[in-house]
Amino acid sequence: MRIEGKGRIGTAPVDYVFDGVRRRGRVGDTLASALMADGEMLLGRSFKYHRPRGVVTADSAEPNALVTVGTGARAEPNTRATVQELYPGLEARSQNRWPSLGFDLMGVTDLAAPLLGAGFYYKTFMWPKSFWEKLYEPMIRRAAGLGALFGAHNPDRYEKAYAFCDVLVIGGGPAGLMAALAAGQSGADVILCDEGPRLGGRLLAEDETIDGRDAAVWAQETAEQLRAMDNVRVMTRTTVTGAFDQGTFAALERVAQHLADPGGRPLECFWRIAAKRSVLCAGALERHIAFRDNDRPGVMMAGAMRAYLNHWGVAAGQSVAVFGNNDDAHRTARDMAAAGVHVAALIDARHDAQNLAGNVPFYPGFQVTRAHGRKRLEAITLRAPDGGRESIAVQALGVSGGWNPAVHLTCHMNARPVWRDDIATFVPRDGAVPGMRVAGAARGAFTTMTCLTDGAEAGRAAAQDIGFKGQSPDLPDAEDAPYRLRRLWAVEGKGRAWLDFQNDVTVKDVRQAAAENYASVEHMKRYTTQGMATDQGKNSNVQALAILADATGRDIPETGTTTFRPPYTPVAIAAMGAGAQGHGFAPQRFTTSHSASVKMGAPMVEAGLWYRSSFFPREGERTWRQSCDREVRMVRDAVGICDVSTLGKIDLQGPDVGAFLDFVYANRFSTLRPGRVRYGLMLREDGHVMDDGTTARLSENQWVMTTTTAAAGEVMRHLDWVRQAFCAQMNVRFTSVTEAWAQFAIAGPKARDLLNGMLDAPIDNASFPYMACGEVSVLGAAARLFRISFSGEHAYEIAVPARYGASLFEKLVERAEAMGGGAYGMEALNVLRIEKGHITHAEIHGRTTAFDIGFGRMVSAQKDCIGKAMAARPGLMDPERAQLVGLRPIGAVKQLVAGAHLFAPEAKPVSAADEGYITSACFSPTLGETRALAFLANGRARHGETIKMVDHLRGLTAVCEVTDPVAFDPDGGRLRG
Amino acid sequence: MRLPCPICGTRDRREFYYQGAASMLERPVSGELDAWHAYVHVRDNPAGRTRDLWHHEAGCGAWVIVERDTVTHEVFGAVLVEDADAD
Repeated sequence: MRIEGKGRIGTAPVDYVFDGVRRRGRVGDTLASALMADGEMLLGRSFKYHRPRGVVTADSAEPNALVTVGTGARAEPNTRATVQELYPGLEARSQNRWPSLGFDLMGVTDLAAPLLGAGFYYKTFMWPKSFWEKLYEPMIRRAAGLGALFGAHNPDRYEKAYAFCDVLVIGGGPAGLMAALAAGQSGADVILCDEGPRLGGRLLAEDETIDGRDAAVWAQETAEQLRAMDNVRVMTRTTVTGAFDQGTFAALERVAQHLADPGGRPLECFWRIAAKRSVLCAGALERHIAFRDNDRPGVMMAGAMRAYLNHWGVAAGQSVAVFGNNDDAHRTARDMAAAGVHVAALIDARHDAQNLAGNVPFYPGFQVTRAHGRKRLEAITLRAPDGGRESIAVQALGVSGGWNPAVHLTCHMNARPVWRDDIATFVPRDGAVPGMRVAGAARGAFTTMTCLTDGAEAGRAAAQDIGFKGQSPDLPDAEDAPYRLRRLWAVEGKGRAWLDFQNDVTVKDVRQAAAENYASVEHMKRYTTQGMATDQGKNSNVQALAILADATGRDIPETGTTTFRPPYTPVAIAAMGAGAQGHGFAPQRFTTSHSASVKMGAPMVEAGLWYRSSFFPREGERTWRQSCDREVRMVRDAVGICDVSTLGKIDLQGPDVGAFLDFVYANRFSTLRPGRVRYGLMLREDGHVMDDGTTARLSENQWVMTTTTAAAGEVMRHLDWVRQAFCAQMNVRFTSVTEAWAQFAIAGPKARDLLNGMLDAPIDNASFPYMACGEVSVLGAAARLFRISFSGEHAYEIAVPARYGASLFEKLVERAEAMGGGAYGMEALNVLRIEKGHITHAEIHGRTTAFDIGFGRMVSAQKDCIGKAMAARPGLMDPERAQLVGLRPIGAVKQLVAGAHLFAPEAKPVSAADEGYITSACFSPTLGETRALAFLANGRARHGETIKMVDHLRGLTAVCEVTDPVAFDPDGGRLRG
Repeated sequence: MRLPCPICGTRDRREFYYQGAASMLERPVSGELDAWHAYVHVRDNPAGRTRDLWHHEAGCGAWVIVERDTVTHEVFGAVLVEDADAD
């Protein structure tokens, strides 16, 4: 119910829908406060027993009030109603109930609770074994789980961003405001993050004064002062969710979740913030006291009850009671009474407590033993110090078992918090996170005055650490009453007393875990699931481990805590992976011929990040094979054009390039003359082949290396490594120029004719022989020409600055077509190279050596090179190793497939009899039969032998003849002339 | 995690490629296989101080030796591989 005159939010109405019912809240409401104002206390059903549950907190620690917000594909399950701001038209639904929240059929599980305690799954679903997959798991999956996904693609936009600052202040309560002010006034760049929409933290939830003014007004003024400072950035609705190495923090900003229309904004933004220093002012979280049925809707944290009153002007009931073990609980009774709410009882478990709440019925030394009512609280039973019982009718009960500093972020880098007996809680360990100070309630300084003092000092000191000198800001006067408590974790008695509401863990479950020897806190957690729900047990973990400590006869420090891990509050995967959906997952690299190729109907194939044309279909061609075969014949008979720009290109300059290349390549390069190209083989230091390609010497001091498309990045990294680590004295520099040049292969007997129609000065065999290179001018543009061939034909590669690529490709194809040729794609390129026995990364796949591929003699004996020593290991030179061979089918089955294994014709096709495997296979239109490249044990000595190919996956067996890898034009006559 | 590139300053670890132990700088001069085996394959797995090789691949292209602690994650500093070789 709403208390007029109370609260700090606006009065403008906001219409929304909950479970299909139209309702009206106020601007500034959360979904929880609006429903509570309407008298709705039942918001959801629990995970395991489907017990009715209501709002427990007024913040992000909420375990119970989880709802689905939005409809259709935009629906967001498991949203905490306590942090969901109301906006016009908001639609929310309760979860985990069927058919309705008031009448939930799965509620019967609560009746079976005696059977479903800790370890139930482990004990019950063990046998018969076959039932697990077919029966138990599907059944459990249907019954369990919170919320549901819509099953459609998420249409919401998310974003990720980076920020940098000198001092990051986490939390905008009294300590955080002063820390930001102190650091900001010192001149440091400050980022202040707070979860809520408004700065002030607990000050917004309390009825107290700072410097004689309402504390919330002071917070607002201070926030305005901070916003006016150029060097301070205030980020509200932003939860710092993790602390990582070297001052890196993760933060989730809810950019548009409070808006009816995001207006193009992302829903959320995932921030990575790099800060030189940080000040953690995360405040504290109130903890519960376990007693029978303490989970009934209407039982909530005492601090939350008065937050709803003081901030939202909402009373949790017409008649309320407060139960606590500390002075702070009294404030709730005081504030509720002052607002005109009937306070039926202030129950303080301490016998010697003094009533600090004024004129309310006071019950020192009493304990609440039970909550009554089902879908909402109706009454509570008290036990007097003399054992007598008393029942009081109330609609809501505020409970306080004390406050736990929010130490979570201080533990993200593996530090454990320290137990402080005087306030019965864990506080952060000093130096837990390098560069981080902790101030205010987050380190157990619970009064407003100590928060202000502590925050100011921490902010000043953080700025001073990194060279900013400033004075502490003037400290205002504030409340400084001592915080006294006597520990009380659970009230003894019959029935189920609840700890973790979200995972339905009771005091009995924890004791049972201890009794069954799950006595370590990490074992207890997993056995009972305590603290494993989305709230991570924020207001129940300390009680649970205190009860475990008691049950195992240890003290709390000895029992220890479970591990706190990021994120502090749940983060949507969509936010962390923002921008990575669909094509955002990886960048797309397009060649200059891309749009022309797409226009020609070429399907694209991905090669790393590159997109390359598979083939160029012509009219009448119905399958890729028809196009591929035609393109192969075109190259062998006339001329073909292929974009080879994706190959890595590295420009090397300096007088020592030759010596450097001698060291990175297995073969020698220093003897290469300007104007010539050489094929090179690069080894890894372990002696296996890393990559291959050609390197051209353009002039005395300038060279250009090509790498395979796939290994371009790896080779560049490797060259950087070799030069910097072993050749630092050499006069060599290099850079990747892959994108700077568009490069096209012109292959076929008519290649030179085609070129001479375009070059400003024609070439002939004498001026431009096989493996020559040089500067040319093509249609007026400066270009580089290389006479190299991957197809085995008389061929060239011509490179022009990328800006000319599109037009050159168009002209090359046009002329090729006029000469009976045309463009060819990856499929034809692959067939052409298999016919010629040329290798790709299908063959140099990381486990093969120069010896294996028949290039053993390329490893120069006259010089050292990377990989030379290890390549000479006896095991790598063993003739029984699988060596590169060609295969042709000679039996009835003509199909050869890559990945199939090779066996002796009479051998059983099992791995013990394995003699090798096929790496590449194709139909060769040139030879009119299937051809394959394969690795076969001692293969070079076995040309002419018969071998059996078996592909167990496809059920194929083919008899083959072992051949030389080069199936077409073995003496290379077509390359020359 | 942030690493101090001697050329670019402190940068997010996403800009770096991780290689492994800095022992890779001590390339054997002899052809002895045992030495090569140790160089290529054998690594310490220290709990504590370690010297690792990182490549500032999305930055200046420098290979750097980063000294850090595998237990506390503290980073003590970084030097260029190129300078180390010149010594």
